[in-house]
Amino acid sequence: MAKLSVKHLLGIKELTPEDIQLIFKTAEQFKEVINRPIKKVPSLRDITIANIFFENSTRTRLSFELAEKRLSADVVNFSSSNSSVKKGETLLDTVNNILSMKVDMVVMRHSSPGAPHFLSRHIDANIVNAGDGTHEHPTQALLDTFSMREKVGELKGKKIAIIGDILHSRVALSNIYALQKLGAEVMVCGPKTLLPKHIHELGVHVSLDVKEALAWCDVANILRIQLERQQLKYFPSLREYSLYYGIDKKMLDSLNKEIVVMHPGPINRGVEISSDAADSKQSIILNQVENGVAVRMAVLYLLAQSKPSQKA
Amino acid sequence: MDKRLILDSELLRITIFRLVEELIENHGDFTDTVLIGMQPRGIYLADRLHKRLEERLESSIPLGYLDVTFYRDDFRRRDSPIEANATDIPFLIEDKKVILIDDVLFTGRTTRAALDAMIAFGRPRLVELLTFIDRKYTRDLPIQPDYVGKRVNTLKTQRVLVEWTDQGAENDQIWLVTND
Repeated sequence: MAKLSVKHLLGIKELTPEDIQLIFKTAEQFKEVINRPIKKVPSLRDITIANIFFENSTRTRLSFELAEKRLSADVVNFSSSNSSVKKGETLLDTVNNILSMKVDMVVMRHSSPGAPHFLSRHIDANIVNAGDGTHEHPTQALLDTFSMREKVGELKGKKIAIIGDILHSRVALSNIYALQKLGAEVMVCGPKTLLPKHIHELGVHVSLDVKEALAWCDVANILRIQLERQQLKYFPSLREYSLYYGIDKKMLDSLNKEIVVMHPGPINRGVEISSDAADSKQSIILNQVENGVAVRMAVLYLLAQSKPSQKA
Repeated sequence: MDKRLILDSELLRITIFRLVEELIENHGDFTDTVLIGMQPRGIYLADRLHKRLEERLESSIPLGYLDVTFYRDDFRRRDSPIEANATDIPFLIEDKKVILIDDVLFTGRTTRAALDAMIAFGRPRLVELLTFIDRKYTRDLPIQPDYVGKRVNTLKTQRVLVEWTDQGAENDQIWLVTND
């Protein structure tokens, strides 16, 4: 079946393993498209997409916008910093106003967990979650797992370590769901203050020792320390964090195997990962960015198919 | 369901040989000509023609596969969505003569999408269409083939089923299927 089981992409949690495989398969075709001399297909030429970002973003927003343009969709952008949200308008009102202008899809980033879920119960357009608070960031997890799969083959039985600020990371949660649905084993690793209390209930291994995590895994997905979300002090200093949890080339070389190193960006160079590790040939950080466009094209394309009101 | 044989494997083989001779008549030694098979079903026919052509001319001829899913005009208007297949055109078609190959020509909409899709690979000097089965009087668009295996009269509700051994069928056969 060439159709997703969902009408919105709110999180990985709502997807079936078949959905994820279908997105991968479609993304492979789009990857070929974006490597052509003419990187554009007309599939979504009658669709208008609003990118609504209530929180800052460069990579995700750019990547979505490129994906939309390469599918020939019409794109409108909105960011809360220069909008009526500042004047006190509610989320629902803002979005309903945008939809009155006949927008078919909404790509939204919001600082409150569950904001896209709330929206999906009230409006008719397809919604793509581009990150909701510390909850989920589904397209990032899809592009991460797509990139892993490209590098190490099918993920069933593979060992993936997610290292760093798990507590504040929506990437971590979406990655855990996606990896488990694809049959991979997952370990989370970080200082105790940055691990959610009940994380083991998700069925993941937990480690406090970064060397142990690296020795165990096939792929290490290293997360950023999200200073902007940390109102409290979770560790004494950045220097101490990087001393205990920072990953450098020497550590990678000391393993008796070659693991794959990933990072969803933006990188704090010298904090969670050193420059020599981030730029080494084991790192697939830039492949992740390239795949991001293809994966987002696949998601938008497949969601557009499920739009019932457009049927002739 | 009623199934009527249109072409058996022997006739099919002869038809492929005949089509190859027609192509050679128009394109000589194929120096500037490339073959493009249309996904998903035209590629088997393209493979057969390509193999026979290379045998006949004793030279290698470029062959690519084109998937037109993202270029279709019936996207979101179909009941069952179609899965995208791989496009693999490892050459530029700029200033080349292109022979588009598909197994069955019905409404002409796939061919229209293919003309659209090809532009992403350059501006061809000439495009010709080869189809194995031409369903007469069923076109939605003004598109006609240059090379035809066999013309058949069909009803819109009928379906032409092409079976190749390459995809696991017992014999190469082409059927006309009438659903009740």
